[in-house]
Amino acid sequence: MASRTLSTGRSEALHEPRTALPCASPVIPAVEIVNVARRFGAVQALSGVDLVVEAGEFFGLLGPNGAGKTTLISVLAGLVRADTGMARVLGHDVVGDYRNARRLLGVVPQELVFDPFFTVRETLAIQSGYFGIRDNEAWIDEILHHLDLTARADTNMRSLSGGMKRRVLIGQALVHKPPVIVLDEPTAGVDVELRQSLWVFIRKLNRDGHTIILTTHYLEEAEALCARIAMLKAGKIVALDTKQNLLSRFAGLTVRLTTDLLPVAWQSRVVRQGEGTYLISLASYAELENLLAALRQQGATITELSLQEADLEQVFLRIMARDP
Amino acid sequence: MVPALGSGWLTLFYKELLRFWKVSFQTILAPVLSALLYLLIFSHVLESRVAVFDGRVAYTAFLVPGLVMMSVLQNAFANSSSSLIQSKITGNLIFVLLPPLSPLDLYAAYVFGAVVRGLVVGAGVFLVTAVFGPVAIGHPLWALAFALLGSLILGTLGLIAGICADKFEQLAAFQNFLVMPLTFLSGVFYSIHSLPPFWQALSHFNPFFYIIDGFRYGFFGLSDIEPQISLAIACAFCFGLIATTLVLLKRGYKLRH
Repeated sequence: MASRTLSTGRSEALHEPRTALPCASPVIPAVEIVNVARRFGAVQALSGVDLVVEAGEFFGLLGPNGAGKTTLISVLAGLVRADTGMARVLGHDVVGDYRNARRLLGVVPQELVFDPFFTVRETLAIQSGYFGIRDNEAWIDEILHHLDLTARADTNMRSLSGGMKRRVLIGQALVHKPPVIVLDEPTAGVDVELRQSLWVFIRKLNRDGHTIILTTHYLEEAEALCARIAMLKAGKIVALDTKQNLLSRFAGLTVRLTTDLLPVAWQSRVVRQGEGTYLISLASYAELENLLAALRQQGATITELSLQEADLEQVFLRIMARDP
Repeated sequence: MVPALGSGWLTLFYKELLRFWKVSFQTILAPVLSALLYLLIFSHVLESRVAVFDGRVAYTAFLVPGLVMMSVLQNAFANSSSSLIQSKITGNLIFVLLPPLSPLDLYAAYVFGAVVRGLVVGAGVFLVTAVFGPVAIGHPLWALAFALLGSLILGTLGLIAGICADKFEQLAAFQNFLVMPLTFLSGVFYSIHSLPPFWQALSHFNPFFYIIDGFRYGFFGLSDIEPQISLAIACAFCFGLIATTLVLLKRGYKLRH
């Protein structure tokens, strides 16, 4: 097996007690991607991607459009064949042992697709049958309830709004109770109320032991939900760490300070200034203490001070702005 | 090696049946009506002018098995090809590609769905043509064997067309420039003995000819070619197509990128 060069640390949020799934062994990673590369014509969609997602994680896969997120997910789902490398789902190779790999994986595709011949319930029952699961009505009813689709269960797919079709897509991915769930921008076009209820449901699945891999352009969602995050750029992973590490390593703090006298040593740290107000970038709270000590030593008067912690969006923008 | 059938293919097969059953007006009744119109027009115009099998079989009766088989072939092709191309173009093929369905699962579900539609339409055509007078099926097992084989072959061809086509117009080209000419030039409306020698010889390169000729043997006990030979040639053609389709599905040709 190829060596894992990337961090697999998990944050405290993942250490909550949960019911273990039979397939979610703690020693076998939920997802293992080794040196996966894929070229489409002149475009190198993926360039030697290595990634390990441990069982039970709530993992974020972020990147701008065209970064390779969907291609990576498609390799995992068996929709795209990698030129080199391999991918496994809970230890099962997605090519050599595709039946087991696909049984363990649920994918919510990015495109809003549906079969116009069937109702919502038929769609879910058929999808369940593809996985060899019959008499799945109880779980289908629960999915319909959690996705607020019970009242539309017998409605033809054509008659649903975009948001409702998106919910059915999510239901289809969950219908065989996969231990690993990949959500490729699941909340695009979904209203705020449903988005909230959807995340409650997905969090519950995660607490129950399901591994969640999320791609989203809503970075505040990733920040609120994901314990560990990978950022893709031009087919390469350019950042992979716990959310907290990313926030502290790449962004730190920004202090907004209004004072009559800023010590000379700190003037090089000013990001922006005007009318006695300075915006200063700090790496940590310890640096804030140093700044305040320097101000006191100079006898400066502070008339206003506010502190802003970096968010994931700032981290994302900084990482994406760097050279590959 | 081709993997064994899993349990999911039955659901895909059932879905394929539901798909055409839900629009049965278009998928069953319309082709039955078309075949009836062919029979009305051709039998009216040609009944007294064309002698087949040395006059031992009336032309209208001769026409019935030909039209039944033509309907079987065209509808079997239409079912698998249209199902796949629609799924590819609308993107919902992903629902079939994500589950653990093997190449054989996909093949069996799509093609058996096509076989059922072909046979249902063929039975419908046979029943409505009875208004022109019942046509006895002298050798029902031969008729059934060629009906099954014909629908299997065209269902498989439809699947190949659906895999290869990226647009509806490519599928239409497949249908108009391959399936339609091969069907019409296979002896649906005539016995090849009524053709000039060159066209008669050329007909022997048309695999559909053997299917229709063998099917007609099932009705009258008369055929242009020995039914055993027709069966052997049709079987060989069928196996070749099945093998080709399974290779395409295993490679994920134009399905998995």
